[in-house]
Amino acid sequence: MTAGDARAEILARLGHGLRGGAPGAEQRQGIVARLATPAATLIPSRAALDQAGRIVLFTRQAEAVQASVERLPGPAELPAAVAAYLRRHNLPMRLVMARDPLLTAAPFAASMIQVRYGPVVEADAVGLTVALAGIAETGTLLLASSTERPTMLAFLPETALVVLPSRQVLRAYEDAIAAWRATGEGLPRSLNFVTGPSRSGDIEQTLQLGAHGPRRLHILLIDEPAPAGDGASDAA
Amino acid sequence: MQSTAHAFKANVRAALADQPLQQALGMARTGFQQKRADAAARLPEFEALRDAAKALKDHVLGHLDLYLEAFEQRVVEQGGKVHWARDAAEARAILIDLCQAAGARTVTKSKSMVTEEIGLNEALETAGIRPIETDLGEHIIQLAGQRPSHILAPAIHMTKERISALFAEHHGRPPVTQAPELLAEARAFLRQRYFEADIGITGANFLVAETGSIVLVTNEGNAELTQGLPKVHVVLAGIEKLVPTLEDAFVLLRVLARSATGQEFSAYTTVLTGPKRPADLDGPGELHVVLLDNGRAGMLGTEFQDMLRCIRCGACMNHCPVYLATGGHAYGSVYPGPMGAVLTPGLVGIEEAQHLPNASTFCGRCEQVCPVRIPLPKMMRHWREEQFRRQLTPPTARYGLKLWAFAARRPALYHLGAKVTSRLLGWLGGRRGRFASLPLAGGWTGSRDLPAPEGQSFQALWAARQGRGR
Ligand code: SF4
Repeated sequence: MTAGDARAEILARLGHGLRGGAPGAEQRQGIVARLATPAATLIPSRAALDQAGRIVLFTRQAEAVQASVERLPGPAELPAAVAAYLRRHNLPMRLVMARDPLLTAAPFAASMIQVRYGPVVEADAVGLTVALAGIAETGTLLLASSTERPTMLAFLPETALVVLPSRQVLRAYEDAIAAWRATGEGLPRSLNFVTGPSRSGDIEQTLQLGAHGPRRLHILLIDEPAPAGDGASDAA
Repeated sequence: MQSTAHAFKANVRAALADQPLQQALGMARTGFQQKRADAAARLPEFEALRDAAKALKDHVLGHLDLYLEAFEQRVVEQGGKVHWARDAAEARAILIDLCQAAGARTVTKSKSMVTEEIGLNEALETAGIRPIETDLGEHIIQLAGQRPSHILAPAIHMTKERISALFAEHHGRPPVTQAPELLAEARAFLRQRYFEADIGITGANFLVAETGSIVLVTNEGNAELTQGLPKVHVVLAGIEKLVPTLEDAFVLLRVLARSATGQEFSAYTTVLTGPKRPADLDGPGELHVVLLDNGRAGMLGTEFQDMLRCIRCGACMNHCPVYLATGGHAYGSVYPGPMGAVLTPGLVGIEEAQHLPNASTFCGRCEQVCPVRIPLPKMMRHWREEQFRRQLTPPTARYGLKLWAFAARRPALYHLGAKVTSRLLGWLGGRRGRFASLPLAGGWTGSRDLPAPEGQSFQALWAARQGRGR
């Protein structure tokens, strides 16, 4: 028994059950074509709104799943807003942050917050990263892993702060996928669709926040268009 | 795992007498059903999405070999490895080899029914590897040495008091009693384990052929820590999990959470493509995907093919009067409820699971709520026919049916029999109109009353009615 046998045997069983034998060239071509031109799928009309409407819906949906949303005029206001948030929740003025142009351009150096870049470690209580997009339909954030934005920023710390440029609030998941297709690039290792903080209903079916991921998810919606070369414009 | 599906009747008796279990199931009844109904009502396109989800799964199943090949190719192109397992034993061997190759002593796992299906934890322990379940519900039942009683809420049968006692015994910390404290303690305990683990093992909700991606859905975020922190990520997935493209995955994702928990979307939906990139700061350096058949391919082209559409949302059990009366353990199989009653005989054989297709009142609610419209009652009937054909039905039922068939083909005899029996039962039932026990019908009356006939047979009433109508 070898591994090759298992593969061949499973594929043979499938072929036999499906059409009494291996697929023909035509069937193979059909699937190649289906994969090359993704079929249009049904997208709920709920979020077919203009930009302002999408932002309202995004905010309402995110708050409905226990995320908090704060709107800021521009990146310049970020450090003060973050400091105020940390103070409100009795958190240390210390965080691990994505090396994202939107954040590195913000005046954190002039604030009281101690900032660190790099991999996230267990002791990090607060993480700050930037979302690729927001999905109005369900108040969902889309995060993408990269050298600058390690995935764990939004998973390991108890408090996750996520910056979302408001022009990146899209209707539906499919809009984000379409934006990715338009780039012609491969997918990042990890795409995370995040809808509210971590939760569990495993103890007597009561909702508890902060099961393994963050207990708190705070979204900072930034209005001002970010400078050119901003990584967050991938999904525009 | 060791199936006890053959002991379904005894299991049911114990479950019905278990007070805390009955209380938990009562909460499930009100909670899950209402939440699903509300979520469906909030989305006008919900029914159309269910149709789309069904059509999509049918399309994939109709070309499953081709989609598997496409998926495999994309995974390999991106530096991952694909393994194929014909059955549970082969899958266990592959997973243990991978663990040993990585020198693994501890592995973390995020909730995966398919690892339960192959009995992975026992096999790992035998090989000297410690499996750590990270989903809170799975963690609880792992401490208790039990099996999941629900495919989404594995510890649904456990009370807070029981969890508190288990944690005090196994975590070596002073006992805590409230839900938030219990959660915090499990979080702290499991946090350490993520960092110690050499390998993270997950299932997959969907596999995307176009991109070679693995889609994982959780509410706790444990799958992200399970696959993201150790140096090796191993995915074990049934071969039916394929979808063509990312867009297609979202058709299913839109109906999954709403059907399961009534959420608009689960907290975390993660799309993983290939191992860690050279410049990434986190992520596993190795990615392995183990594709498991274990009876699935054999269901294609048969009357059970539709079962492979199942996306494991749990709605059928949340709406099943039998499941909600007995809980999941009574089924004695990995997969409980209506989906388990159909799938389990396909995986372990109808001989072992013969009671399961009979654990149904045929009320049809499972089919009404199934997001991919699996005709579950019809398929349970197929299994019953199969059982009868293979002479697996108990002799009393076979003789009873034969006797009935004999009489039913002779109307005069049938009417006489029905008249006599219903009169007799009506008279015996007396004023209460029900039997708390009846000779030869202890199987029925042990846990419910049998209403006594009201004196006339259906045939007699019908004849009288027809007479009046004219
Ligand atoms: S059979 Fe249908 S309702 Fe039941 S778990 Fe599967 S998809 Fe959900």
